[in-house]
Amino acid sequence: MTNVSAELDSRFRAAAAEEGLLDVAYDVVDSPLGELFVGISDRGLCVISYEADPDAQVERLARGFGSRVLRSTRPVDPARRQLDEYFEGKRKRFDLDVDLRLARDFGRTVLEELGRVPFGEVTTYGELAARAGKPRAARAVGTIMNRNPVPIVLPCHRVVGANGSLVGYAGGLERKHQLLRLEGALLA
Amino acid sequence: MEPVRIPPFETFYEEHKDPVFAHLRRLLGQGAEDAFQETFLRALRAYPELRNGRHLRAWVFTIATRVAIDETRRRRPMASPWLHELAVEDGLPPHAELGHLTDNLPPKERAAVVLRYGFDLPYDEIAAALGSSEDAARQATSSGVRRLRERSKRS
Repeated sequence: MTNVSAELDSRFRAAAAEEGLLDVAYDVVDSPLGELFVGISDRGLCVISYEADPDAQVERLARGFGSRVLRSTRPVDPARRQLDEYFEGKRKRFDLDVDLRLARDFGRTVLEELGRVPFGEVTTYGELAARAGKPRAARAVGTIMNRNPVPIVLPCHRVVGANGSLVGYAGGLERKHQLLRLEGALLA
Repeated sequence: MEPVRIPPFETFYEEHKDPVFAHLRRLLGQGAEDAFQETFLRALRAYPELRNGRHLRAWVFTIATRVAIDETRRRRPMASPWLHELAVEDGLPPHAELGHLTDNLPPKERAAVVLRYGFDLPYDEIAAALGSSEDAARQATSSGVRRLRERSKRS
């Protein structure tokens, strides 16, 4: 059987994105924290995951955003570039649209507040809860951070416990540590 | 039967891209690349309307076959390449407009006739393209030919 060449394959994947036919275009992006699975919908960045194995991610995206999920490099390029710059220490703010359509109510408010926590600073779960209008909801904020659809870009690594401990991170505490060190928010 | 869930497009595409490309290569030879892209773009456009994931292979083979027919017409709009063989096999007079003649056949018969006599596909591949059994592919082909023959007698 004649197989599809790599060139023809990427030509189709590019055309599919260019014609605006995809619910989500995704690619795997290299980073100092390991491979990142990055997905872009028609509204913007909709997923960054440390779980780079595509199969489970693709299924999840299809359920949330629509069945037309396809690996396609070009739509992911702006996010890839900005992540590269961030990890090289050349970027402090991401200039990307974020698609939070799957987040509801309080979860969405919290994620929007999270986006305002600046590079190199940390806040606490309780503080973030208060900024989102529910000062007693620190625990709920912890859950929302754990399910942050776009870590790094929405900086849940900047949220720590009231006593300064790192508490937890969906990508593992070591990664949270690395990110805070990169931003100069931790000395060691 | 319970409808089968539609897989994410990535899964569908990875599963079918090589057999579809091989099918288009058999139908078109050179130039199968453009037809390949067009086939999967059409599939992508229609994908949200799909309600059942059961016959995806037949579905995409049918799209590919239609794309190949369009492409063949575009290349040689007047004299379609399958005319000669059809004339030989069935004693039909060569007809410069067979493309249009088969337009009036029921879709399955039309596809079967074109695949058999236009592209010289064996019945097992026609069956795969139509999503039916080999017997059904044979039947569709012969009843398509019979219908064409009756029409040509009348005209």
